Amino acid sequence: MQSGVSSELEQLIEFRQGTAESREAAFEALFRQHQRAVYGWILRMVRNPAAAEDLTIQTFWRIYQAHARFDPERGFEPWARRIATHAALDWLRARRPEIGVSADFFADLAARAGTNPAITAEIRARTALAFARLRPVLRIAAILVVVEERPHKEVAEALGITVTAVKLRVFRALRLLRKDLQKQGITP
Amino acid sequence: MNGNEQGSGVRDQGAESLEKLLRAAVPRIDDDAELAHDLWPAMLRRLDERSAAVPWFDWVLMGGLAAVVVAFPAAIPMLLYYL
Repeated sequence: MQSGVSSELEQLIEFRQGTAESREAAFEALFRQHQRAVYGWILRMVRNPAAAEDLTIQTFWRIYQAHARFDPERGFEPWARRIATHAALDWLRARRPEIGVSADFFADLAARAGTNPAITAEIRARTALAFARLRPVLRIAAILVVVEERPHKEVAEALGITVTAVKLRVFRALRLLRKDLQKQGITP
Repeated sequence: MNGNEQGSGVRDQGAESLEKLLRAAVPRIDDDAELAHDLWPAMLRRLDERSAAVPWFDWVLMGGLAAVVVAFPAAIPMLLYYL
């Protein structure tokens, strides 16, 4: 384990300071090691596997370009998560809310209708759409904290804001979601 | 329990039921959500596109050089000498 950690640190230093050739080798090793984690993180935010793949490539491309600004002591994953979160935010901002939620997502909702009999598939679909109408910065905070149950600190680091700001965004997201649902006659 | 605590309890309950509804509407992604395939080949293509692209300042330099050659043809031998 220790040698694994030190070899990753060596890769990170090589990526930051190495020659063009050794940097590319270190980048490939880092890519292979972290692509699944980065993809999983992005998928949680965008909920679209094809887009998550494209954004994973884009994230690593941004990482490659920004190698000079990378601090190996602070670790690769938090840095990658931060870049990935901003790439996902850009993607979500560029799309209309109803497109951000794929058709497969709604098909899956209908299929999961038996999970909680008190909440019908229609209410789930309307809630999902109301949630998709929220501003991406609020949506991402709520999805990571409430749905994915990630620690506030991790979400704050990924968004580049304070823990208090994350809590505030989640609070605002839930308040706006409640208002939207109440307009539709749904009282959670 | 005082009034404030009671109020906060009601609010918490409301927030909890909304969170529950949100979790039911937006499914959690499994921790073992797997990539369908290795993305390294696609990453390599992106890196290759980068090496094939000519940076904008190279185009500016070439344009400037062409302008000098057209405006001052007599400067061509001097340019060749310095190349």
